[in-house]
Amino acid sequence: MKKMIVLLVSLLILSAFLGVMALTFTFGAPKMTDMDDYFLRFGQEQTGTNNQCTSVTFDFRGFDTLGESTVLFCAVIGVALIFRKMQAGEEHENE
Amino acid sequence: MSRIVRTAADIIYPFILIFGLYVVAHGHLTPGGGFQGGAVIATGGALVIVAYSYVEVREWLSGKVLMGQEVIGLVGFIGVALLALAFGQVFFFNYLNASGSLFGIPVPYGINAGELNTGGFVPLMNFSVGCEVWGGLTLVILYMLSGLEKEGC
Repeated sequence: MKKMIVLLVSLLILSAFLGVMALTFTFGAPKMTDMDDYFLRFGQEQTGTNNQCTSVTFDFRGFDTLGESTVLFCAVIGVALIFRKMQAGEEHENE
Repeated sequence: MSRIVRTAADIIYPFILIFGLYVVAHGHLTPGGGFQGGAVIATGGALVIVAYSYVEVREWLSGKVLMGQEVIGLVGFIGVALLALAFGQVFFFNYLNASGSLFGIPVPYGINAGELNTGGFVPLMNFSVGCEVWGGLTLVILYMLSGLEKEGC
């Protein structure tokens, strides 16, 4: 019984959320397009790339890619730390 | 694994390598880029590691070389971005675009055929990120599959 109520309420909330979305926004007409239009209009001339995704990730938002590269670097270091060879006398704690 | 799998891996691996390098090199013209191309090359490394055993692959693939590749990629990425300061511009400014030198052919607005020698420093960024992802993901796969024994598979 309690499970049914929880399910019903969550279904109601989800349908209300999606219904508001469907009634408020129209498909194909996004609200904020200033930045997209800027990228599409000036991206080719300012970065020289035909691929606009690459022009955004590597030029307009290069800082994001820098952080992404750093995250990958740290992830590799973490994996290397976890899978390292155990020294003599060194053991995993929970074994 | 069996001889069939090893032979197939031997044949397919160069093509995976070439395709990955193509995706990296044409990152500023076609879908793809440094991350995607590096991931494609890393899957080739995974294929070889699974087809052969970890012990055999360990003799060909050095972890130090892969780690050096990763470090060179990351430092090259930051270095290319920092070079903009030497040209009197801000960090991450595309100083090579439309300069007439390396990767410097100007691109007009609209549909065009696409020239490999365009893009400013974006191809250099793609190469360094591809180098980093290649080394990093192959290193992760190498570490994670280090349990594969010679007899077990």
